[in-house]
Amino acid sequence: MRLLNASGCLDALAAPDVARALDGFVTKTVTPLPREGSAPPRIAETAHGVLNAIGLANPGRERFLAEHLPRLRELGVPLWVSVGGFCAEDYAETCARLDGIEAVELNLSCPNVDEAADSAAEIVAACRAATKLALYAKLSAAHPDVAEVARAVAAAGADGLSLINTLRGTALDTRLRPVLARGSGGYSGPALKPVALHAVRVCAEATGLPIVGMGGIATGRDALEFLACGARDVALGTVLFSDPGAPARVRAELDAACSVAGVASPDDAVGLAKSPETEEKVTA
Amino acid sequence: MRSLAPRSTHRVVGSERVGPYTLVRIARGGLEPGVPGQFFMLDAPGRLLPRPFSLCIAPPGELGFLVDAIGPGTEAIAALEPGDEIAVLGPLGTGYRLDVDRPLLVGGGIGIAPLPYLAAQLGGEPRIVAGFRSAEYAEAAAILPAWTEVVVEPTLVTSCHLEGWEVLACGPEPMLKAVAVLCPTAQLAWEAPMACGYGACYGCVVEIDGALKRLCLEGPVLAAARVNGASDKLSQAVEATA
Repeated sequence: MRLLNASGCLDALAAPDVARALDGFVTKTVTPLPREGSAPPRIAETAHGVLNAIGLANPGRERFLAEHLPRLRELGVPLWVSVGGFCAEDYAETCARLDGIEAVELNLSCPNVDEAADSAAEIVAACRAATKLALYAKLSAAHPDVAEVARAVAAAGADGLSLINTLRGTALDTRLRPVLARGSGGYSGPALKPVALHAVRVCAEATGLPIVGMGGIATGRDALEFLACGARDVALGTVLFSDPGAPARVRAELDAACSVAGVASPDDAVGLAKSPETEEKVTA
Repeated sequence: MRSLAPRSTHRVVGSERVGPYTLVRIARGGLEPGVPGQFFMLDAPGRLLPRPFSLCIAPPGELGFLVDAIGPGTEAIAALEPGDEIAVLGPLGTGYRLDVDRPLLVGGGIGIAPLPYLAAQLGGEPRIVAGFRSAEYAEAAAILPAWTEVVVEPTLVTSCHLEGWEVLACGPEPMLKAVAVLCPTAQLAWEAPMACGYGACYGCVVEIDGALKRLCLEGPVLAAARVNGASDKLSQAVEATA
């Protein structure tokens, strides 16, 4: 099991020690052109989660490659570059320019960009033709049948899945106005965990692809549940905002959680949470 | 690139009313007090995100934060009692430059929070002006040195002859904007909704040098000329995320 950050939840250049405590650093999504991002306010806390509308703020492909990537390489942490765009060519061109990194994560599901991306499979196929790097497709659980999307991107050549991205949400202030300038944003944090566990479980069963599980992981026990549902690796998101020491803490808690659950190691927990239905299918 | 001090847990040693606000004092432990105007993220019991506070006082062995309980997070912090524990990250961000010859400290409302520690670090008896919205709020001036000039609305701090002084200010956005007009060289401490305080969330952006930049890294204290006014919705947002 590798412990990563969720894209957009850590700046490795601002907090290098936090990034070094991970097994890989996932960048904020890089788009072809620079994006200043959404107007503030961009963050709203709710009772059980956090809304954000950052709007894919990033320096754009050229500056990322020329200035940011060389500095990130100096950290000595395996790099995952999150790639975004508005059409398959956007994604593929960025993929073609990347090398010497651990993996590419295709952001197929950012809720803060109005322009709808082409179908997930078309983007993955274009990127597959453009690079030999490992391609992880990051999907949203907002689709009524996420397993169907997972099968489509697997058929198009994805090497793995990142599950899940935020869900869309709205928060209002005391005078009933949306808190976020954009009105709505991506909802993250503990409220997402059951939704994410479900998506991981059905996509693991549907594709057998390696999965980076994320969505509300705050403790070692949370991480173990993602592994049990079929994730091979896990990522920390919202918890990093309150606790930059979360990577070391979650690792320590994970070992303890394994003992409590009666599994020898995190890797031995992968896929243990089969539903009775699935087991019947497997044994039949 | 600055290294991040580890987040650590501290015992609450006191919680006292100061006018409408609450002064929460914690055992200092290994925390550095930092430069005046820098801030700390304090965990809010029962909430997901910590809340940012500038350091108000730094008595031996303690750090004190002035809390305006205006939302669920700040209410939970103000309700802490001696003996409770709280996780703290900091000091963070960029504080005031202290190499000033003729300092004038200006605070508005809860913006007085960093001034006691700032005055102590400057030494001597720097001129201080504090403005409040009502006599009830002005009771908070008890936390400030005795020589502080206190004004209550409709009198504004900007009527206190700020020109010709090296102003170090903290307060609501309209006050900071007015101070910037009168004193273009002022150092202003801004606030913005913040999820992390260390550059991870990109949530606290303000228009700085003509572009949206993270206040937690660039500020919160910025030269007046660098900020072209934050979003007009920012003050509402700070309230909505407190």
